[in-house]
Formats: sequence, C-alpha cells, structure tokens
Amino acid sequence: MKNDTTMRTPLKRVRGLGSAKAGVHHWWNQRLSAVAMVPLMLWAIFTVATLPGLTYADALMTVQHPVNATLLILFLGAGFWHASLGLQVVIEDYVSNEGTRMVLITAIKGGLILIGALAIFSVLRIAL
Amino acid sequence: MGRKVGLSMAKARPLSPHLSVWRFQLPAVMSILHRMTGVAISTGTVLLAAWVIALASGEEAFALATVIISHPLGQLVLFGYSAVLFYHMCNGIRHLSWDFGYGLNIPAIYTTGRIAIMAAILMTACLWLYVYFA
Repeated sequence: MKNDTTMRTPLKRVRGLGSAKAGVHHWWNQRLSAVAMVPLMLWAIFTVATLPGLTYADALMTVQHPVNATLLILFLGAGFWHASLGLQVVIEDYVSNEGTRMVLITAIKGGLILIGALAIFSVLRIAL
Repeated sequence: MGRKVGLSMAKARPLSPHLSVWRFQLPAVMSILHRMTGVAISTGTVLLAAWVIALASGEEAFALATVIISHPLGQLVLFGYSAVLFYHMCNGIRHLSWDFGYGLNIPAIYTTGRIAIMAAILMTACLWLYVYFA
C-alpha cells in the first residue's frame, strides 16, 4: 500500500483530491495574516477617525509620518495577503470547473498584487 | 461506459450540507456572514488602496476622492465597510480561539457568537458617534 502511493506524484495525488501537503501552509498563513490584521486594522481605523483634517495637506502630512507610512505599508501588505488567501478558498469551494477555477484564482491574485503594489508604491512616493 | 455509470451515480448522491432543509441557526448564519463580509472587505480594501493611490497622484485626484467619500452614498459605503470590518474582526478572533481549541462546545459557540455581534455593533456605533459628534 505504502509503495503504491509513493510512486504517485504530488500532482496526481491532488488531482485525486487528496493532500498535496500544502494545505497546512495556506491555513497557517491565513491565521498569521489574521493575527497581524487585528492591531493593524485597529490602528488604521483609529488613524482615519482622528485625522487632524480632511484636506490634501492634512492627508499628505499624516501619510508622510514614518510610523504611519510603515504601518500603512504593513497594513496593505497583510490585508491584501489575507484577502488573497481568503478569496482563493471561496473560489475553490464554489467553482467546480478546474479550468475556470484556475483562471479566476490567477486573475484575482494578479489583480490584488497589482493594486497592492500600486498602493504600497504610492505610500513610498508620498513618504520619501 | 464505466466512467459514465460512475458519474450518474455521483450525481444522484445527496449533497451536504442540505441547505434547503436546514433551519438557519446562529452559528451557521455567522459562518456564512464571515465569508460574505470577507469578500466585501476585500472590495473595500481595494477602495482604500484607490484613496492612497489618489493621494499620491496629486491634488486633483485627491479632490475627486474627497468628493466621492463626502457624498452621502460614499458615507454609507464607509459605514458599511466599517460595520463589516468590525464583524469580521470580532468573529475572526472567535475563529482564532477555536484554532487553539478554546470554546469548541455548543453553549460557548452561542455565547461567543452573541458577544462578537454585540462587540461589532458597539464598535461601529462608537466609531461613527465619534466621527460625527466629537
């Protein structure tokens, strides 16, 4: 029995809906990003709620502050990471066609990476 | 031939979790809401990213973003975004406690569920009372 399974490649195993030994990695990253998001989200909401004003200059000054710029980048990074992992699971659960599923996951992850990179670059441009 | 028979048999099998015959219960509704709010927050975070990108793009782009945010509809979206965030965060902490093995029994699941909902409502109310009246 053991010899029989060791001859199979990981791809063959996962196509048979068995473990490809990567599930725990996804699960663990989802929890890590969740734990990171709790303080980062509370900080973000607190910062937005207590903005000194809503003018262009006020917003620039807030984002320019080194602590705010760093936390905002971490917030965007952890947030898009968490969203990407979560949306992947939602698609995997509801889209049964393998091709459609792969295209959707790739498109959504690609889109999140693009928007996340744009936002992080924007913070750097404001702060530096 | 064998494959065809296999497929038709697979189709005839009952599908879990029998959504059409189940009465909705608090834990089930909260679980579904956790997913729905997660998807909603993903969309909301894209809007937040758009605000940061607008700020870096210059005064004109930022002015447009401000007009959208200040509009009653924009304020409604922000309110919804915050409510959904607080729910997902409070319920997410509940999920994390389950991952450590705490609170995994029926009475605790109901108690922590109610606490999470109340906490989310309270946090949303505090935030918006502060924003509008402080």
